Order: sequence, then structure tokens, then C-alpha cells
Amino acid sequence: MPDPATERGQNRDGFGPDLAEVFGPSQNDGGPELVQLLTPEGERVHHPEFDMDFSAEQLRGFYRDMVLTRRIDTEATALQRHGELGIWAQLLGQEAAQIGAGRALRPQDYVFPTYREHGVAYCRGLDPLKLLGLFRGVDHGSWDPKEVNFGQYTIVIGAQCLHATGYAMGMQRDGVVGTGDPERDAAVIAHFGDGASSQGDVNEAFIFAASYNAPVVFFCQNNQWAISEPIERQTRIPLYQRALGFGFPGVRVDGNDVMATYAVTQAALQRARDGQGPTFVEAYTYRMGAHTTTDDPTRYRLNDDVESWKLKDPIARVEAYLRRNGLIDTEFVDDLKKEADDLGAHLREGCKSMPDPKAMQMFDHVYADMPEELVTQRDGFAAYLETFEEAR
Amino acid sequence: MSASTQKITLAKGLNMGLRKAMEDDPKVLVMGEDVGKLGGVFRITDGLQKDFGEDRVIDSPLAESGIVGTAVGLALRGYRPVVEIQFDGFVYPAYDQIVCQVAKMHYRSKGRSPMPMVIRIPFGGGIGAVEHHSESPEAQFAHTPGLKVVACSNPVDGYWMMQQAIASDDPVIFLEPKRQYHAEKAELDESATPEPLFTSRVVRRGDDVTVLAYGPTVKTAMSAAEAAATEGRSLEVIDLRTLSPLDMGPVYESVRRTGRAVITHEAHVNLGIGSEVAARITEECFYSLESPVLRVGGFDTPYPASRIEEDFLPDLDRVLDAVDRTLAY
Repeated sequence: MPDPATERGQNRDGFGPDLAEVFGPSQNDGGPELVQLLTPEGERVHHPEFDMDFSAEQLRGFYRDMVLTRRIDTEATALQRHGELGIWAQLLGQEAAQIGAGRALRPQDYVFPTYREHGVAYCRGLDPLKLLGLFRGVDHGSWDPKEVNFGQYTIVIGAQCLHATGYAMGMQRDGVVGTGDPERDAAVIAHFGDGASSQGDVNEAFIFAASYNAPVVFFCQNNQWAISEPIERQTRIPLYQRALGFGFPGVRVDGNDVMATYAVTQAALQRARDGQGPTFVEAYTYRMGAHTTTDDPTRYRLNDDVESWKLKDPIARVEAYLRRNGLIDTEFVDDLKKEADDLGAHLREGCKSMPDPKAMQMFDHVYADMPEELVTQRDGFAAYLETFEEAR
Repeated sequence: MSASTQKITLAKGLNMGLRKAMEDDPKVLVMGEDVGKLGGVFRITDGLQKDFGEDRVIDSPLAESGIVGTAVGLALRGYRPVVEIQFDGFVYPAYDQIVCQVAKMHYRSKGRSPMPMVIRIPFGGGIGAVEHHSESPEAQFAHTPGLKVVACSNPVDGYWMMQQAIASDDPVIFLEPKRQYHAEKAELDESATPEPLFTSRVVRRGDDVTVLAYGPTVKTAMSAAEAAATEGRSLEVIDLRTLSPLDMGPVYESVRRTGRAVITHEAHVNLGIGSEVAARITEECFYSLESPVLRVGGFDTPYPASRIEEDFLPDLDRVLDAVDRTLAY
């Protein structure tokens, strides 16, 4: 029996045009509606709707951000291999999607991440060391979301899209949407992936956001894989097209193109800040690494695919563009390498010296107002521990 | 009746409590299905949207996970959402958000992201409803660390407990016995000082057997106590009011005197609140007990068709039967 996922071009008599006619023959090249400003070869191209000018400084900044983000990722992966982290969710290949989206934010905007938004966290000024605690198993998250307007990593797939929508509804009630004051108007960005797009919570978030015209950007990094399941298992149409059915615009952007991702996300965020409601941004990218360090992608995907995506590397194309236009020199590259090395050392040393929590800390913060029965349980356990000679 | 007292139903008490909380704190929002213009299918939010506007009394799309999940976001933004789940049996689509997000956000964030949210659930049976409209899911939530669970049983408690739950910085599952909504009125004195929220209360003094109840079964227990009195048996009735945390102090005090305890709830007996209460009484009052603690609850079946629901639900006779058994032990 043929796989229905490959049959979507077939006409269904009496049910209108077939899907291939509407959406194009294939998703595998990103499709004709892919917004791109910089080709994989580093050629600057233009787009009728999302074109924008970038200063040399801005482009060098993107390049630096992506190089450092990749270093955070490779360093953390190495730390997992050395047994210093229990697990790490790799972002290799998704640097442009995250830096483009992260740099489009204003300080007053708010981010709801998955557990893979290390590049966005970096853009929010979060010390990347703080990301490691969760993966090392010393806590469930160690930053103050309010300090950096970057929420906690969310492990239940898609749940944060509803939180983002509710938070955006709060912004509406606080009068920080559509006032015309660029220092005041704010928006929310919800990160999720192609796998999460199948979750009920994500679809409910679309409905609530559309219904209330909430200032939220749904930023989907379609990295083609939900652990072992390819995008075809999640959708029969390009994901960005789904937005139309919910009543707001959807855009597919080359997620390996930091310029295009920045331009599209910035426009979507501005729409939200202006009070024009939600936008779906599908950043079309590829998960070059495994789902996490526990995963083995050789069991389910072809090396040829990975090799073809290597040619679309998000960092290489910016580097090619910068070099070709004389916008970086050896000194810049050397300085950046040194900065990355320092960051790596900071992560290695910081991770290894991260203290384990004390057993009694498991009782902390269960409640704002701790019930007497839990106090009793905690104190009982403390007394029990004290009966052992060895201090814990 | 003084100027500050009036006779109210439970529905009115809850409505007045919500109104008072919204007047006192502009961050309090009400959200749910049909809570706006309609005032809720049970009219608990009647008139609130008219007076507080659509931004504070929000009619939501028909998606329970969406209601609770967006309320999480509103709470993160500094609001105090009060969400209505229309019927007990409809809470399950929101179960993931409640258990994984609402309950754990404060813990996960080391106290940086409190979840001052109230999730109101009309619960229990006895209204002749179709499936999914008569359930008692309290144990599912009481079993979840991070949540607090309370059940009101009368109009006056409805008024005070609603305000106290909204003022709580911890998320509260607020269970309302739906069959009592429009039943007997009680006199509310708004100038009174209420007892703290997370406390149980002795509602009838007695010496022979302690009967524990909450929500809809408080009335059942009180009727049983009256009937028992005509036979010369003196039952002490305690309204637990709070299910997580449990307030066991008054229970232990009572059981140490009576030596006998019966707990009754509409929820299934297996691993219900009664099981926990029985275990704790056994741990704390072992040498005072004259008989095992008995549980009288819904049978371990799905909620049956409404024509036979009164056979499923604990009633006066089944409570008295348990009282007889504990006295005969």
C-alpha cells in the first residue's frame, strides 16, 4: 500500500484542486515562497516584501553571534560526551534561525522558548552557563525570566505556545500594544518546532491568538525532524500555510539565512507590536545534529540529506559574503576565535564546578506558601538524614 | 437580619465572592466558556462582564487546555486569572497544563514565577445530567504537588473561600458542589472575619462517631447525624474544606475522642481522599481507634447513567450503615 504522505498530489474528484496545485509539488527545497536574502553561496538577493538594508556592523554582529552560538552548542555537546551533562539538545544548523529571531527582539519583548533556544537565550544576554544546569541535572532552570524577558525552557512539546498567547493577552491589557510608542509597544515570540505543530496546545494557541488578536509571533523552526519522524509525518502541506486556516498570515523564511530570518521576524514582531495580531513564521532549516545527545540519527535518515544541507550552512554563507565584500579581516576572525575559545573555557570550567543541589533543596519552592504537612515531611526527612554518620 | 447580612444561595455567594475579589484587585480576571454575556451555564459569573468589561471577564474559545494554558501566560504577566471549567468531566483536556505547568511553574522557577490562579470546577452529581457532567476528580489534583485543592459546601464558605483562593499565591483547584448551587440559602454576614482557607471545620459536635465530608457530602453527613440523633447516636461532622493540604488537626482531635471515623465523598473510593484520610488517622490515632476507618463513596465504576446515580452516590442510609458497622466492630 502506498504511503499516503507521498500521495498528496493526487486529485480527489469533486473536492477542488489537488494540494500539489495549490501548494507546489514539493517541500524539499523550501518551495517557491521561501523568503531569502542571502543564498547558500553567500550571494545577496532581494525580496519584494522583506528586503532590508543591513549595516556592515550588523552583519559582523550576526556572524559573531552565530559563531559563538555554535561554540556554545559544540562545547555543551562535548561536555555531555565527557559525562558532565546528562543530555544536551543540539542546535547545530539552526544558528541563523535563532540569531535572526533573537536579534529582531526589543528589550520589552518576551520570549517563550522550547529547550533548544540556546541562541535566542544568548541574544537575551543570558550567560550560556545558566542553560547547562537543567541538562546537568542540578535544577530545572536557573535564570530569572523577568530579568531577561526569556521564559523557562519548556520540555512538554508545544505547551509554551499557550503561555505565550496568554502573556500577549496580558500585554494587551497592560496597554503596551499599538500605542505607536516604539519604546513601549511590545510583542511575544513563541518558539516551537515542526513536531510541536501537531500538538493540540499549539493549535489551540493559534485559535486563541487569532480570536483575541494577541501580539504573538509563532516562530516555528522546521528542522525537518521530530526525533526520527520526518516532516511528512506531521503535515501534508507546508507548515506556514496552516496559518491561513487560523486567520492570520504565515511566512516561510530560509531559516539558514540570518538576514532573511531577521527581516521576516522583525516585520512579524512589528505587526504584533502595532496591534495587528499574530503571525506564523516558519523558519525552514535542518537539524544537522541529533535530536539530543541520546539520539542516533543514522538509524532513520540518509547521510546524503545531511550532506546536502551542509552546503546550506548558515554561518558559511555569511562568512563568504563578508569576506567577498571585505567586511571582515584576519584580525576580526582571530579576535572572534579567541572570544569563542574563552567562551568555551568559561562553559567547561563553569559546568564542572557547578555544585550539586543539596537533597533538602527538593522541598524548596513547591509552594509560595508551604503547607504544614510538607513542612513536617521535610523536617522528618532532615531528621532521618541526620541519623546517618556521613554528612550528606 | 442586620444591614450587612443577607440570605444567599451558593451560586450567589460564589458570584459575590468573585465580584468582591475583582473590585479589590484589578489584576483579577475571569475566563472560561460562556462566562461573559451568559454569566456561565450555572450563572456563577452573572453580571460580571457587564460591570467589569470584556477585558476582565473573558469568553474563551471552547478549549480547556487553551483556557488554562493562556491563564498561565496571564499569570506570568502578573494577572490573577480565575478560570472556569464548565463541568468536572471537561477538565481533562487541561490536565496536562494543570499538572505539568500550573503545578510546577513555581518549583521549576525557584519561586520566581508564581502561579496565582484559581481553577473553578463545578463537581459532583445528582443533577440528572448526561455523561461527563457529574464527576469528582479531586484526587487527581490532590495527588499533584504544587496544587492546592479546596471544596466549598455552603453559601457562606462559597463567598469567603472564593476570595481567599484568589488571594492565594499558589494555584488553587476550587471545587463547587454543583447540585447545591441553587439549593438552600444561608445567611451571609459580610462584616464577619472568615476562618483561614486551608482549614477544616467541625460543623456538628458529637461523641460517638466522627463523620468526615466535603463539598456535596457535607449535607449528606449532616442529615445522617440528625437521623442518628433520633436513635440516640451522636455523630460529630467535620467539613474538611481543604483537600490539599489536608487540615487534619481537628480530625485527630475528634477521632481521639470518638475512636471511630467514617469518611464520605462522591468520588470513587479506590485511592480517593478517604484513603489518604484513613491512612493518616491510622498513623496518628492508632491507639484511640475502636474500629477501622470506613469509607463511603462512589463505587469504582464510571459514573453511571443518571437514572441510577442516586444508587451510586453515597446517601444518608449508606453513611448510617457505615456508622452502624463502625459501632458494631
